Amino acid sequence: MTAPLETTSASAEAQPEAVLAGAGASQIEGRSLGQIAWTRFKRDKAAVAGGIVVIGLVLMAALAKPIQAVFDLDPNKFHQDLVDPALQAPKGAWGGMSWEHPLGVDPGFGRDLLARVIEGSWVSLLVAVGATLVSVTIGVILGVIAGYYGGWVDSVVSRLMDTFLAFPLLLFAISLSASVQDGFWGLTGLPLRIAVLIFVIGFFAWPYIGRIVRAQTMSLREREFVEASRSLGARGPFIIFRELMPNLVAPILVYATLLIPTNILFEAALSFLGVGIAPPQASWGGMLTDAADRYEADLQYMFVPGLAIFITVLAFNLLGDGLRDALDPRSK
Amino acid sequence: MKTKKVTAVIGTALALALTASACGGSDDGDGDGKKNNGKKAVADAALEAVVNQSTERGGTVTFEHSDVPDSLDPGNTYYGWVQNFSRLYGRSLTSFKPAAGAEGLEIVPDLATSLGKPSADAKTWTYQLRKGVKYDDGSEVTSKDVKYAVERSNFAPEALSNGPTYFKAYLEGGDKYKGPYKDKSPEGIASIETPDDHTIVFKLSKPFADFDYLATFSQTMPVPQAKDKGAEYVKNIVSSGPYKFESYNEGRNAVLVRNPHWDKKTDPVRPALADRIEVKFKVNPTTVDQHLLNDQITVDAAGTGLQTKSQPKVLTKSAEKAKTDNPYAGALTYLAMSTKVAPFDNVECRKAVQYAVDKASVQQALGGDTKGDVASTMLPPTVNGYVKADMYPTEGNKGDEAKAKEHLGKCGQPNGFTTNLSARADRPDEISMATAVKASLERVGIKAEIKTFPSGKYFANFAGNPSYVHEHKLGLMMMAWGADWPTGFGFLDQIVNGSAIKPSGGNNLMELDDPKVNAALGEGIGMTDADERTKKWGEVDKLVMETASAVPLIYRKNLLYRPDSATNVTVTQAYLGMYDYLLIGTDKK
Repeated sequence: MTAPLETTSASAEAQPEAVLAGAGASQIEGRSLGQIAWTRFKRDKAAVAGGIVVIGLVLMAALAKPIQAVFDLDPNKFHQDLVDPALQAPKGAWGGMSWEHPLGVDPGFGRDLLARVIEGSWVSLLVAVGATLVSVTIGVILGVIAGYYGGWVDSVVSRLMDTFLAFPLLLFAISLSASVQDGFWGLTGLPLRIAVLIFVIGFFAWPYIGRIVRAQTMSLREREFVEASRSLGARGPFIIFRELMPNLVAPILVYATLLIPTNILFEAALSFLGVGIAPPQASWGGMLTDAADRYEADLQYMFVPGLAIFITVLAFNLLGDGLRDALDPRSK
Repeated sequence: MKTKKVTAVIGTALALALTASACGGSDDGDGDGKKNNGKKAVADAALEAVVNQSTERGGTVTFEHSDVPDSLDPGNTYYGWVQNFSRLYGRSLTSFKPAAGAEGLEIVPDLATSLGKPSADAKTWTYQLRKGVKYDDGSEVTSKDVKYAVERSNFAPEALSNGPTYFKAYLEGGDKYKGPYKDKSPEGIASIETPDDHTIVFKLSKPFADFDYLATFSQTMPVPQAKDKGAEYVKNIVSSGPYKFESYNEGRNAVLVRNPHWDKKTDPVRPALADRIEVKFKVNPTTVDQHLLNDQITVDAAGTGLQTKSQPKVLTKSAEKAKTDNPYAGALTYLAMSTKVAPFDNVECRKAVQYAVDKASVQQALGGDTKGDVASTMLPPTVNGYVKADMYPTEGNKGDEAKAKEHLGKCGQPNGFTTNLSARADRPDEISMATAVKASLERVGIKAEIKTFPSGKYFANFAGNPSYVHEHKLGLMMMAWGADWPTGFGFLDQIVNGSAIKPSGGNNLMELDDPKVNAALGEGIGMTDADERTKKWGEVDKLVMETASAVPLIYRKNLLYRPDSATNVTVTQAYLGMYDYLLIGTDKK
């Protein structure tokens, strides 16, 4: 790989971090790009905290079912005796918090909120990560092609991006989510709803990352190492995959981590509009929707999914910021 | 001289005091009520009595609505609140008695001098019109105007498409007549005869003993043909009632003022107390509630009660709660089972569901008894023909797992089965109830997956479309129904009669085509004796429950609020449990 950040003794002067702080000159050793980034990342406490929370969330989402089984948390079990039906609010202070229900119960059915937040985490994260993968994949492929080949290819892709950006996304998302029925893509029920959400959210967010990648590619393809590669006879695909991609990893990774929280919020917005996940499956967006209808009677209910979304969005944002700082030496 | 003067003064004062106390007396204790709130009307007072009774004229009654009407044109509306409201500026042949409690379901002659005189076979109905009823331009109402009003409202969907078309369905030759805009012949439809200016005769193709109920529809409010401009008529509606339009701004507001040509002597129905009536459209629903609670407006025109989120504000304070009424909305929420989707084609599996559903849980999910009472019959209690019954009783309405399992065994599905349950995506209440139904069915091993569909297409494409239902195995469907007119026939015919099964857009979701039910409906509607007819509807209800094809869940209720300034407030059962808009007045001057 011939990257511009190739650590040579000359660049080591400019970038002291690139040198291991050894005891003697004989131990001076070059470090890889990843090692440099990792050193920087470790120094950023906020980013590390964000990273830990993200890992925790992913674990919670992945292990949602076992956690519920171990702690006997059933997200769909009714406890209607804990709810005052006339007021549509749980009995007792703080939304019915108690030892059995540490976060309280929901006002309609008295379902345990802790169980529902855990149950909702895998849905919300799956949709957010899935949608991010979709938009990053489309965005990177089209962005690189447009940026590298330029000319009419660039014109076509750029106009396509403009079209997508000008699209009334929310309206389209609502009509599509509402009209897709069972049997579509051979899926039914919950998997279908999740697939539709991933597609709708992912398919319309790609131009943002596409534009970033295109701009980066345009500036990279004029650099010396690409020129050199080309003069040695390398062709388009080789240059794209061997020369450009490694240099695009940093912005793509950063952008992806920043896109995940946006997508979690978008899933929440769609559920809020009643076109998200079908009940009684818990999702954070769905819980927020439910809570928004009843906030005057039971404000606490809103805090639970609200805080879950807030913490997740904040953690991913801190992680993304930290990654950007660590991977891009010029951003400091 | 001096003494005399003093006496006169005292006399006047005394007279004033007497008037005031007399007023107070008729005000249901309002005179004292100012000091002693405890004596003021209590919660639900307007269900059985007229609250804040008054005969004082004057003032402005203000309505607000969170949406727009389908049309204020009496010939182009289906909305219940417009049916109620349009009586302020139009007079139908008959009308519901503006009275409290069950009396409000009684029909009284309005434009006609008496109720319709049926022929023995209930196929010919004759009405005599009152003499001296005048439009707001001073000209007299004739039977030809009533005939024209029925023609334009039922036979001209190209211009006026909103209203129901019962006249078209029942009048002889109704399927052939093209309406007054297309068919320019001066005779109009032959089956409505007007032998003189004050007689009108309707000839029907089949017996229809509920005809007096059809005559209460705003569609029989007279429209002079010379003034009709089709869809544009709504901008210049000609009034035959006590109020006429001063202004009308489409989608924004309307102002009604007194019609100088209206004569109280010709109108035993309307007190017409207010001098002016204003209605505003498209007001944010929360704002409507706020205005109502602050006594800035008299009525929420929609008549569906306070928003769920506004309800705790009044329910938690006893002084505020005393100003609420919690009437039946004349509607039933039920769980329809498709008799054509396995295993619900087996009556035993349907009975299993009847016993499995925990109705108490459904009620609580909906919001407790403020939102409705647990139902056990198809007919709600405020519909003529209701007979209290419960064919599948369970303790505390919580469902009976043992009985449900017993019937599952008889059905050959001892371990339960899987099916689908549909609900309307944009109706959170319905989804809450579906969630509760699903949970209670799971107790006996019936696994139902909730499918949500947009309400606008629910009947055309999904639950009301048999081929979709069969193909996608929609065994269970959430359904809510209110009657077009408050009798057993008006309520049941469209949802249980085999003839109401349509390839799309039907309301007989169960696809129930039971010969006994169909025959009883047909028999009942031919009975001209009102009491016998009403009895028949109770039997039909029982027959439907015997098929076990629908689980009645909740008789829906609304939480209405009457501000202090509103006078003559009473709930009318005839119009889906709204306040009676003919009676209502205001003491704000």
